[in-house]
Amino acid sequence: MRKLRPILNAVFIAGLLGATPALAAEPDYTVTIKDHRFEPAELQVPAGRKITLLVKNLDPTAEEFESKDLKRERVIPGKSEATFTLGPLKPGTYRFVGEFHESTAKGSLIAK
Amino acid sequence: MLATAVIVLREVLEAALVVSIVLAATRGVPGRGSWVSFGIAGGVLGAVTVAVFADALAAGVSGLGQEIFYAAVLFVAVVMLGWHNVWMTRHGREMASNLSSVGAAVRGGTKPMYMLAVVVMLAVLREGSELVLFLYGIATSGPGQSVELAGGFTFGLLGGVTLSLAMYFGLLRVPAKRLFSVTGWLILLLAAGMAAQGAAFLVQADILPALGDAVWDTSPLITDESLVGRVLHTLVGYTARPYGIQIGFYIATLGVLLLLTKLFAQNPQPIGRQTAAL
Repeated sequence: MRKLRPILNAVFIAGLLGATPALAAEPDYTVTIKDHRFEPAELQVPAGRKITLLVKNLDPTAEEFESKDLKRERVIPGKSEATFTLGPLKPGTYRFVGEFHESTAKGSLIAK
Repeated sequence: MLATAVIVLREVLEAALVVSIVLAATRGVPGRGSWVSFGIAGGVLGAVTVAVFADALAAGVSGLGQEIFYAAVLFVAVVMLGWHNVWMTRHGREMASNLSSVGAAVRGGTKPMYMLAVVVMLAVLREGSELVLFLYGIATSGPGQSVELAGGFTFGLLGGVTLSLAMYFGLLRVPAKRLFSVTGWLILLLAAGMAAQGAAFLVQADILPALGDAVWDTSPLITDESLVGRVLHTLVGYTARPYGIQIGFYIATLGVLLLLTKLFAQNPQPIGRQTAAL
């Protein structure tokens, strides 16, 4: 097992390196959260291909980005951001909310 | 306050249902109370830790730390639940005949109660970390929030505990002879549902293929957000619009656990040896 460890480490590092370019790529779309609201609250995206969505939380408190339509839920700590890989989406409207402030944090993606 | 209570209830519910099933499944085991309390305390501690390090977790593994962490937590719970069921099968005969023999097995050190304590801990940890972040957000969002916080938290927690008590006492109405087979099935479905949820996290992390985005859509009947939807989600893994791979994981988990249970049930030799050792 001890002999395996350097190999495992190498695999892990290789994995991290391999994953870095994907992270460095510019996100296709960006939504910000400020004062527990999404900006923009409505976003048009192309249907039928994978897209990346960057959600920036500018509030000091954590928010949970949740969308049953997109089947995503992730806590985004205050003053930080998260990237989601979505799709390919069928044409339609996909609602999302900030679960911690559901009354104000509402938005939707419209795939066309 | 109501909005806070609803969110607290939502997060507490799943962990509370898991605790009630574990309590029913360990009926007659001495010291189970302290094991379960230990599990809950460990879970709360873990939840606070996860919440404190939420930034690091979210940024880990190229921004997919949360999904991978939750998937790992779920799969560990699945293994523990499966292991428990297999163990129960190996000792099923002693138990069906006499509840008190469960106690004997525990005193003899053969009933590994820690498996279920770990399941309780993981359930509390997973639901609790979100709750901690949410409550922290309220607490820091300005003065005069303490009533909102305390009231919402109390009502939400009470709601979750009441529902799980109802579930627990409902299970206790099952005749003792059949209780372990009923809890065995509940744990099996719980495990399959957790495996499917774990698979969904890995799809979200882009590690597993979805194999169909929504194989069916029962959201017009029961939405995932509704109370019934949440309860069914915990108990049988209900999802209104499952990925194909979730269905695959669900069926595979059921199949593997049933197969393991059958294999161990047909091989009574180790039981004889262990009983003799007692």
